[in-house]
Amino acid sequence: MPIAHIMAAGMGGIRTTGDLVAWMQMTRRMKLADAKQYVADKLGIGLIDLTDEDVMYALRGDLGIGVVTGDAGRASGITAKFKVAELLGIEINSVNYFKSLL
Amino acid sequence: MPKHILTRMGDGERVSMPADEVKEELLLGTRDAAQNGEIPQLTPDDLEQLFEILAEPGRVVSVPPGDEVVVTDDGCAKLFCSGPADGGAGLPISRQTSILAYERGFAADTVSIGHEDYSFKPVKPIIDYEAQTYHATALATTVPFFYGAQPNLGLYYRPDGPHPNPADLLPLGKIEEAQAAQEEAAEHAKEDMVYVGQRLAEIGCEGLNFDTAGSAGDADLYAALMAIAELKEKAPLMAVELGMSNEFVFGMHGEICYEGKRLAGMYPHDQAQISADAGADIFGPAINVNTSRSIAWNLARAVTFVKHTVAVSKIPVHPNVGMGVCGVPMCVESPIDCVTRASKALVMIGKADGL
Repeated sequence: MPIAHIMAAGMGGIRTTGDLVAWMQMTRRMKLADAKQYVADKLGIGLIDLTDEDVMYALRGDLGIGVVTGDAGRASGITAKFKVAELLGIEINSVNYFKSLL
Repeated sequence: MPKHILTRMGDGERVSMPADEVKEELLLGTRDAAQNGEIPQLTPDDLEQLFEILAEPGRVVSVPPGDEVVVTDDGCAKLFCSGPADGGAGLPISRQTSILAYERGFAADTVSIGHEDYSFKPVKPIIDYEAQTYHATALATTVPFFYGAQPNLGLYYRPDGPHPNPADLLPLGKIEEAQAAQEEAAEHAKEDMVYVGQRLAEIGCEGLNFDTAGSAGDADLYAALMAIAELKEKAPLMAVELGMSNEFVFGMHGEICYEGKRLAGMYPHDQAQISADAGADIFGPAINVNTSRSIAWNLARAVTFVKHTVAVSKIPVHPNVGMGVCGVPMCVESPIDCVTRASKALVMIGKADGL
Protein backbone atom coordinates (compact mmCIF):
# COMPACT_ATOMS: atom_id res chain seq x y z
CA MET A 1 0.00 0.00 0.00
CA PRO A 2 2.68 2.60 0.83
CA ILE A 3 4.42 1.75 -2.41
CA ALA A 4 1.18 2.38 -4.32
CA HIS A 5 0.97 5.83 -2.69
CA ILE A 6 4.61 6.52 -3.58
CA MET A 7 4.06 5.57 -7.21
CA ALA A 8 0.79 7.52 -7.50
CA ALA A 9 1.82 10.72 -5.79
CA GLY A 10 5.28 10.55 -4.20
CA MET A 11 8.17 12.78 -5.21
CA GLY A 12 10.55 9.91 -5.87
CA GLY A 13 12.92 9.96 -2.92
CA ILE A 14 16.58 9.98 -3.93
CA ARG A 15 15.62 9.22 -7.52
CA THR A 16 14.72 12.90 -7.60
CA THR A 17 14.31 15.44 -4.75
CA GLY A 18 11.82 13.81 -2.38
CA ASP A 19 14.30 13.74 0.48
CA LEU A 20 15.29 17.37 -0.03
CA VAL A 21 11.71 18.66 -0.01
CA ALA A 22 10.98 16.48 3.01
CA TRP A 23 13.93 18.01 4.90
CA MET A 24 12.45 21.48 4.39
CA GLN A 25 9.09 20.38 5.74
CA MET A 26 10.77 18.77 8.74
CA THR A 27 13.31 21.46 9.61
CA ARG A 28 11.48 24.65 8.60
CA ARG A 29 7.84 23.51 8.72
CA MET A 30 7.48 24.62 5.12
CA LYS A 31 4.26 23.89 3.30
CA LEU A 32 4.69 21.94 0.08
CA ALA A 33 4.81 24.81 -2.41
CA ASP A 34 7.34 26.76 -0.33
CA ALA A 35 9.50 23.69 0.26
CA LYS A 36 9.56 22.85 -3.45
CA GLN A 37 10.44 26.40 -4.42
CA TYR A 38 13.21 26.55 -1.81
CA VAL A 39 14.79 23.34 -3.07
CA ALA A 40 14.43 24.33 -6.72
CA ASP A 41 16.15 27.65 -5.98
CA LYS A 42 18.99 25.95 -4.14
CA LEU A 43 19.48 23.53 -7.01
CA GLY A 44 19.03 26.16 -9.69
CA ILE A 45 16.39 24.18 -11.54
CA GLY A 46 12.73 24.63 -12.42
CA LEU A 47 9.90 23.26 -10.29
CA ILE A 48 9.01 20.69 -12.93
CA ASP A 49 12.58 19.34 -12.80
CA LEU A 50 12.27 18.44 -9.12
CA THR A 51 10.69 15.13 -10.01
CA ASP A 52 12.48 14.52 -13.29
CA GLU A 53 14.78 11.51 -12.88
CA ASP A 54 16.67 12.42 -16.03
CA VAL A 55 17.63 15.80 -14.58
CA MET A 56 18.13 14.76 -11.00
CA TYR A 57 20.23 11.62 -11.41
CA ALA A 58 23.08 13.58 -12.95
CA LEU A 59 22.63 16.57 -10.67
CA ARG A 60 22.56 14.49 -7.49
CA GLY A 61 25.70 12.74 -8.65
CA ASP A 62 27.46 16.02 -9.35
CA LEU A 63 26.45 17.44 -5.97
CA GLY A 64 27.37 14.31 -4.05
CA ILE A 65 24.02 14.07 -2.28
CA GLY A 66 23.35 10.42 -3.02
CA VAL A 67 21.87 8.60 -5.98
CA VAL A 68 19.50 5.69 -6.13
CA THR A 69 21.83 3.32 -7.96
CA GLY A 70 24.85 1.51 -6.53
CA ASP A 71 27.09 4.07 -4.96
CA ALA A 72 30.65 2.76 -4.70
CA GLY A 73 32.90 5.78 -4.91
CA ARG A 74 30.04 8.24 -4.31
CA ALA A 75 28.67 9.89 -1.22
CA SER A 76 25.73 8.02 0.28
CA GLY A 77 24.06 7.65 3.63
CA ILE A 78 25.47 9.96 6.27
CA THR A 79 28.15 11.35 3.93
CA ALA A 80 25.42 12.41 1.51
CA LYS A 81 23.43 13.94 4.39
CA PHE A 82 26.49 16.00 5.36
CA LYS A 83 26.31 17.56 1.90
CA VAL A 84 22.52 17.89 1.93
CA ALA A 85 22.70 19.97 5.12
CA GLU A 86 25.27 22.27 3.48
CA LEU A 87 23.35 22.51 0.22
CA LEU A 88 20.05 23.38 1.86
CA GLY A 89 21.52 25.51 4.64
CA ILE A 90 19.82 23.51 7.37
CA GLU A 91 20.82 21.71 10.53
CA ILE A 92 20.15 17.97 10.52
CA ASN A 93 20.30 16.27 13.90
CA SER A 94 22.13 13.17 12.67
CA VAL A 95 24.66 15.27 10.76
CA ASN A 96 25.49 17.30 13.87
CA TYR A 97 25.68 14.13 15.95
CA PHE A 98 27.96 12.16 13.64
CA LYS A 99 30.16 15.19 12.99
CA SER A 100 30.59 15.54 16.75
CA LEU A 101 32.11 12.07 16.77
CA LEU A 102 34.78 12.94 14.20
CA MET B 1 -19.29 9.73 -19.06
CA PRO B 2 -19.50 5.98 -18.35
CA LYS B 3 -22.91 4.73 -17.24
CA HIS B 4 -21.43 2.58 -14.50
CA ILE B 5 -18.33 3.06 -12.37
CA LEU B 6 -16.37 0.10 -11.06
CA THR B 7 -15.62 1.07 -7.49
CA ARG B 8 -15.74 -0.40 -3.99
CA MET B 9 -17.40 -0.24 -0.63
CA GLY B 10 -15.56 0.86 2.50
CA ASP B 11 -14.79 -2.76 3.35
CA GLY B 12 -13.12 -3.29 -0.02
CA GLU B 13 -15.94 -5.18 -1.75
CA ARG B 14 -15.98 -4.38 -5.47
CA VAL B 15 -19.23 -2.87 -6.74
CA SER B 16 -20.45 -1.42 -10.02
CA MET B 17 -22.41 1.75 -9.33
CA PRO B 18 -24.42 3.90 -11.74
CA ALA B 19 -22.56 7.15 -12.42
CA ASP B 20 -25.42 9.21 -11.04
CA GLU B 21 -25.33 7.22 -7.83
CA VAL B 22 -21.59 7.84 -7.49
CA LYS B 23 -22.20 11.56 -7.85
CA GLU B 24 -24.95 11.41 -5.25
CA GLU B 25 -22.63 9.56 -2.86
CA LEU B 26 -19.95 12.22 -3.34
CA LEU B 27 -22.44 14.93 -2.47
CA LEU B 28 -23.70 13.08 0.59
CA GLY B 29 -20.13 12.43 1.73
CA THR B 30 -19.02 16.02 1.57
CA ARG B 31 -22.24 17.16 3.25
CA ASP B 32 -21.66 14.72 6.09
CA ALA B 33 -18.11 15.96 6.67
CA ALA B 34 -19.17 19.59 6.47
CA GLN B 35 -22.00 19.05 8.92
CA ASN B 36 -19.92 17.07 11.45
CA GLY B 37 -16.84 19.27 11.23
CA GLU B 38 -18.69 22.55 10.72
CA ILE B 39 -16.48 23.23 7.72
CA PRO B 40 -17.11 24.12 4.06
CA GLN B 41 -18.36 21.48 1.64
CA LEU B 42 -16.39 20.67 -1.48
CA THR B 43 -17.22 22.97 -4.38
CA PRO B 44 -19.11 21.72 -7.46
CA ASP B 45 -15.78 21.82 -9.35
CA ASP B 46 -14.13 19.74 -6.61
CA LEU B 47 -16.92 17.18 -6.78
CA GLU B 48 -16.67 16.98 -10.56
CA GLN B 49 -12.91 16.48 -10.31
CA LEU B 50 -13.39 13.81 -7.66
CA PHE B 51 -15.92 12.04 -9.85
CA GLU B 52 -13.47 12.10 -12.75
CA ILE B 53 -10.78 10.53 -10.54
CA LEU B 54 -13.15 7.75 -9.50
CA ALA B 55 -14.30 7.28 -13.10
CA GLU B 56 -10.82 7.02 -14.63
CA PRO B 57 -10.73 3.71 -16.50
CA GLY B 58 -7.23 2.74 -15.42
CA ARG B 59 -6.77 0.42 -12.46
CA VAL B 60 -3.97 2.69 -11.16
CA VAL B 61 -4.21 6.48 -11.29
CA SER B 62 -1.65 9.15 -10.43
CA VAL B 63 -1.05 12.87 -10.07
CA PRO B 64 0.30 14.82 -13.06
CA PRO B 65 4.04 15.66 -13.22
CA GLY B 66 4.75 18.63 -10.95
CA ASP B 67 2.01 17.81 -8.45
CA GLU B 68 3.88 15.15 -6.50
CA VAL B 69 4.06 15.33 -2.70
CA VAL B 70 6.33 14.11 0.08
CA VAL B 71 5.40 10.69 1.44
CA THR B 72 6.15 9.94 5.10
CA ASP B 73 5.26 6.65 6.75
CA ASP B 74 4.40 5.03 10.06
CA GLY B 75 6.55 1.93 10.06
CA CYS B 76 5.89 1.01 6.44
CA ALA B 77 9.61 1.01 5.65
CA LYS B 78 9.91 -2.25 7.54
CA LEU B 79 7.00 -3.81 5.68
CA PHE B 80 9.23 -6.36 4.00
CA CYS B 81 10.06 -8.03 7.32
CA SER B 82 7.06 -7.18 9.50
CA GLY B 83 4.16 -9.54 10.09
CA PRO B 84 0.66 -9.80 8.64
CA ALA B 85 -0.88 -7.56 11.30
CA ASP B 86 0.94 -4.67 9.65
CA GLY B 87 0.37 -5.93 6.12
CA GLY B 88 4.03 -6.94 6.16
CA ALA B 89 5.58 -9.48 3.82
CA GLY B 90 7.30 -11.40 6.61
CA LEU B 91 10.58 -11.90 4.76
CA PRO B 92 13.46 -13.26 6.84
CA ILE B 93 15.43 -10.03 6.67
CA SER B 94 16.34 -7.36 9.21
CA ARG B 95 14.58 -4.05 9.78
CA GLN B 96 17.66 -2.27 8.43
CA THR B 97 17.60 -4.23 5.18
CA SER B 98 13.89 -3.59 4.78
CA ILE B 99 14.36 0.13 5.34
CA LEU B 100 17.18 0.41 2.82
CA ALA B 101 15.21 -1.60 0.26
CA TYR B 102 12.29 0.77 0.80
CA GLU B 103 14.56 3.77 0.25
CA ARG B 104 16.51 2.51 -2.73
CA GLY B 105 14.06 0.16 -4.42
CA PHE B 106 10.78 1.96 -3.93
CA ALA B 107 11.70 5.63 -4.15
CA ALA B 108 10.59 6.54 -0.64
CA ASP B 109 10.91 10.22 0.27
CA THR B 110 11.42 9.32 3.94
CA VAL B 111 11.82 6.07 5.87
CA SER B 112 11.13 5.00 9.43
CA ILE B 113 11.81 2.39 12.04
CA GLY B 114 9.96 1.32 15.14
CA HIS B 115 9.51 -1.45 17.68
CA GLU B 116 7.26 -4.28 16.47
CA ASP B 117 4.65 -3.33 19.11
CA TYR B 118 4.92 0.26 17.85
CA SER B 119 4.14 1.87 21.22
CA PHE B 120 6.40 4.06 23.34
CA LYS B 121 5.87 2.10 26.56
CA PRO B 122 7.51 -1.17 25.44
CA VAL B 123 10.35 0.78 23.81
CA LYS B 124 11.47 2.29 27.12
CA PRO B 125 13.08 -0.87 28.58
CA ILE B 126 14.87 -1.62 25.30
CA ILE B 127 15.77 1.95 24.38
CA ASP B 128 19.48 1.18 24.20
CA TYR B 129 18.82 -1.53 21.61
CA GLU B 130 16.56 0.78 19.62
CA ALA B 131 19.08 3.62 19.85
CA GLN B 132 21.84 1.30 18.64
CA THR B 133 19.72 0.13 15.72
CA TYR B 134 18.79 3.69 14.81
CA HIS B 135 22.42 4.81 15.06
CA ALA B 136 23.66 2.05 12.75
CA THR B 137 20.86 2.50 10.22
CA ALA B 138 21.15 6.29 10.11
CA LEU B 139 24.69 5.88 8.83
CA ALA B 140 23.33 4.14 5.72
CA THR B 141 20.09 6.01 4.99
CA THR B 142 20.14 9.08 2.77
CA VAL B 143 16.50 10.16 3.02
CA PRO B 144 15.09 11.53 6.31
CA PHE B 145 14.80 8.73 8.85
CA PHE B 146 12.01 8.75 11.47
CA TYR B 147 11.54 6.69 14.61
CA GLY B 148 7.86 5.97 15.11
CA ALA B 149 5.71 4.84 18.02
CA GLN B 150 2.23 5.33 19.43
CA PRO B 151 1.37 7.09 22.71
CA ASN B 152 -1.08 4.19 23.30
CA LEU B 153 -2.38 5.29 26.69
CA GLY B 154 -4.36 2.07 26.95
CA LEU B 155 -1.17 0.26 27.94
CA TYR B 156 -1.00 2.33 31.13
CA TYR B 157 -4.31 1.05 32.50
CA ARG B 158 -4.92 -2.18 34.40
CA PRO B 159 -4.33 -5.00 33.67
CA ASP B 160 -1.55 -3.84 31.31
CA GLY B 161 -0.40 -0.90 33.42
CA PRO B 162 -0.47 0.54 36.94
CA HIS B 163 -3.39 2.97 36.65
CA PRO B 164 -7.09 2.27 37.25
CA ASN B 165 -8.90 1.55 34.00
CA PRO B 166 -11.41 4.25 32.99
CA ALA B 167 -13.32 1.62 31.03
CA ASP B 168 -14.01 -0.09 34.37
CA LEU B 169 -14.74 3.10 36.28
CA LEU B 170 -17.01 4.89 33.80
CA PRO B 171 -19.76 2.22 33.73
CA LEU B 172 -19.86 2.47 37.53
CA GLY B 173 -20.50 6.20 37.31
CA LYS B 174 -17.10 7.00 38.84
CA ILE B 175 -16.49 9.94 36.54
CA GLU B 176 -14.03 11.87 38.69
CA GLU B 177 -12.04 8.73 39.47
CA ALA B 178 -11.88 7.89 35.74
CA GLN B 179 -10.70 11.40 34.92
CA ALA B 180 -8.04 11.27 37.64
CA ALA B 181 -6.81 7.91 36.36
CA GLN B 182 -6.45 9.31 32.85
CA GLU B 183 -4.60 12.38 34.07
CA GLU B 184 -2.15 10.22 36.04
CA ALA B 185 -1.69 7.83 33.13
CA ALA B 186 -1.12 10.74 30.72
CA GLU B 187 1.63 12.12 32.93
CA HIS B 188 3.22 8.66 33.09
CA ALA B 189 3.00 8.23 29.30
CA LYS B 190 4.40 11.70 28.72
CA GLU B 191 7.42 10.89 30.86
CA ASP B 192 8.02 7.68 28.90
CA MET B 193 7.70 9.45 25.52
CA VAL B 194 10.10 12.19 26.58
CA TYR B 195 12.56 9.59 27.90
CA VAL B 196 12.49 7.63 24.63
CA GLY B 197 12.54 10.73 22.44
CA GLN B 198 15.38 12.37 24.34
CA ARG B 199 17.53 9.23 24.16
CA LEU B 200 16.92 8.97 20.42
CA ALA B 201 17.66 12.66 19.92
CA GLU B 202 20.98 12.20 21.69
CA ILE B 203 22.12 9.75 19.02
CA GLY B 204 21.03 12.00 16.18
CA CYS B 205 17.41 10.99 15.54
CA GLU B 206 16.22 13.02 12.56
CA GLY B 207 12.51 12.76 13.20
CA LEU B 208 10.10 11.30 15.75
CA ASN B 209 6.65 10.20 14.65
CA PHE B 210 3.90 10.21 17.27
CA ASP B 211 1.60 7.83 15.45
CA THR B 212 -2.09 7.05 16.05
CA ALA B 213 -2.36 9.75 18.69
CA GLY B 214 -5.64 9.96 20.57
CA SER B 215 -6.42 6.25 20.19
CA ALA B 216 -7.36 6.04 23.88
CA GLY B 217 -9.13 9.39 23.85
CA ASP B 218 -8.40 12.97 24.72
CA ALA B 219 -5.92 12.14 27.51
CA ASP B 220 -3.90 10.11 25.00
CA LEU B 221 -3.59 13.10 22.69
CA TYR B 222 -2.89 15.35 25.68
CA ALA B 223 0.05 13.14 26.70
CA ALA B 224 1.45 13.31 23.16
CA LEU B 225 1.14 17.10 22.98
CA MET B 226 2.83 17.51 26.36
CA ALA B 227 5.66 15.21 25.29
CA ILE B 228 6.13 17.06 21.99
CA ALA B 229 6.32 20.42 23.75
CA GLU B 230 8.93 19.16 26.21
CA LEU B 231 10.98 17.41 23.53
CA LYS B 232 10.99 20.48 21.32
CA GLU B 233 12.63 22.36 24.17
CA LYS B 234 15.16 19.63 24.90
CA ALA B 235 15.83 18.50 21.31
CA PRO B 236 14.74 21.22 18.89
CA LEU B 237 16.58 19.72 15.91
CA MET B 238 14.60 16.48 15.99
CA ALA B 239 11.58 16.93 13.73
CA VAL B 240 8.22 15.78 15.03
CA GLU B 241 5.32 14.37 13.06
CA LEU B 242 2.02 13.81 14.82
CA GLY B 243 -0.45 11.44 13.19
CA MET B 244 -3.96 10.97 14.51
CA SER B 245 -5.94 7.82 15.17
CA ASN B 246 -9.34 9.08 14.06
CA GLU B 247 -11.17 12.11 12.75
CA PHE B 248 -12.39 13.53 16.04
CA VAL B 249 -10.92 13.25 19.51
CA PHE B 250 -12.82 10.86 21.75
CA GLY B 251 -13.84 12.43 25.03
CA MET B 252 -12.90 9.57 27.34
CA HIS B 253 -11.94 12.26 29.87
CA GLY B 254 -14.14 14.94 28.42
CA GLU B 255 -12.67 18.02 30.04
CA ILE B 256 -8.93 17.77 29.55
CA CYS B 257 -7.47 20.88 27.89
CA TYR B 258 -4.21 21.76 26.22
CA GLU B 259 -3.31 25.45 26.44
CA GLY B 260 -6.88 26.25 27.38
CA LYS B 261 -8.47 24.36 24.49
CA ARG B 262 -10.62 21.34 25.22
CA LEU B 263 -9.39 18.36 23.22
CA ALA B 264 -12.53 16.23 23.29
CA GLY B 265 -14.49 16.55 20.07
CA MET B 266 -11.76 18.33 18.11
CA TYR B 267 -11.84 17.77 14.36
CA PRO B 268 -8.73 17.75 12.11
CA HIS B 269 -8.54 21.49 11.44
CA ASP B 270 -8.37 22.19 15.18
CA GLN B 271 -6.12 19.19 15.80
CA ALA B 272 -3.62 20.62 13.30
CA GLN B 273 -3.56 23.95 15.10
CA ILE B 274 -3.03 22.46 18.54
CA SER B 275 -0.33 20.13 17.15
CA ALA B 276 1.53 23.09 15.66
CA ASP B 277 1.19 24.99 18.92
CA ALA B 278 2.75 22.07 20.79
CA GLY B 279 5.70 22.05 18.40
CA ALA B 280 4.86 19.39 15.80
CA ASP B 281 6.40 20.02 12.38
CA ILE B 282 4.05 17.82 10.35
CA PHE B 283 0.43 16.88 11.12
CA GLY B 284 -1.37 13.78 9.90
CA PRO B 285 -5.17 13.75 10.04
CA ALA B 286 -6.98 10.42 9.99
CA ILE B 287 -10.49 10.41 8.54
CA ASN B 288 -12.34 7.22 9.40
CA VAL B 289 -13.79 4.94 6.75
CA ASN B 290 -17.37 3.72 7.14
CA THR B 291 -17.20 0.15 5.85
CA SER B 292 -20.88 0.02 4.91
CA ARG B 293 -20.73 3.13 2.74
CA SER B 294 -19.19 3.48 -0.72
CA ILE B 295 -15.66 4.64 -1.37
CA ALA B 296 -17.17 7.62 -3.18
CA TRP B 297 -18.90 8.69 0.04
CA ASN B 298 -15.85 7.96 2.17
CA LEU B 299 -13.37 9.69 -0.12
CA ALA B 300 -15.55 12.78 -0.44
CA ARG B 301 -15.66 13.02 3.36
CA ALA B 302 -11.90 12.60 3.66
CA VAL B 303 -11.12 15.18 1.00
CA THR B 304 -13.52 17.65 2.59
CA PHE B 305 -11.81 17.38 5.97
CA VAL B 306 -8.31 17.42 4.50
CA LYS B 307 -8.93 20.38 2.20
CA HIS B 308 -10.07 22.56 5.10
CA THR B 309 -7.30 21.32 7.39
CA VAL B 310 -4.62 22.12 4.81
CA ALA B 311 -6.15 25.55 4.25
CA VAL B 312 -5.94 26.56 7.92
CA SER B 313 -2.85 24.64 9.07
CA LYS B 314 0.40 26.48 9.79
CA ILE B 315 2.41 23.27 9.30
CA PRO B 316 2.54 20.71 6.48
CA VAL B 317 -0.37 18.26 6.45
CA HIS B 318 0.22 14.60 5.54
CA PRO B 319 -3.12 12.75 5.68
CA ASN B 320 -2.92 9.20 6.98
CA VAL B 321 -3.69 6.89 4.09
CA GLY B 322 -3.36 3.47 5.64
CA MET B 323 -5.99 0.78 5.95
CA GLY B 324 -9.39 2.16 6.94
CA VAL B 325 -8.65 5.88 6.83
CA CYS B 326 -8.89 8.72 4.29
CA GLY B 327 -10.67 6.74 1.61
CA VAL B 328 -8.57 3.57 1.78
CA PRO B 329 -10.81 0.54 2.35
CA MET B 330 -10.81 -1.36 5.64
CA CYS B 331 -9.28 -4.62 4.46
CA VAL B 332 -5.87 -6.24 4.90
CA GLU B 333 -4.85 -6.12 1.24
CA SER B 334 -5.88 -2.63 0.21
CA PRO B 335 -7.00 -2.62 -3.44
CA ILE B 336 -4.61 -0.56 -5.52
CA ASP B 337 -7.43 1.14 -7.45
CA CYS B 338 -8.75 2.69 -4.23
CA VAL B 339 -5.31 3.42 -2.76
CA THR B 340 -4.14 5.40 -5.77
CA ARG B 341 -7.47 7.21 -6.12
CA ALA B 342 -7.18 8.27 -2.48
CA SER B 343 -3.63 9.52 -3.17
CA LYS B 344 -4.67 11.51 -6.20
CA ALA B 345 -7.84 12.98 -4.69
CA LEU B 346 -6.18 14.06 -1.44
CA VAL B 347 -3.35 15.73 -3.33
CA MET B 348 -5.21 17.27 -6.27
CA ILE B 349 -8.37 18.39 -4.44
CA GLY B 350 -7.39 18.27 -0.78
CA LYS B 351 -4.10 20.07 -1.59
CA ALA B 352 -2.24 17.88 0.90
CA ASP B 353 1.41 18.75 1.55
CA GLY B 354 2.23 15.08 1.69
CA LEU B 355 0.80 11.67 2.49
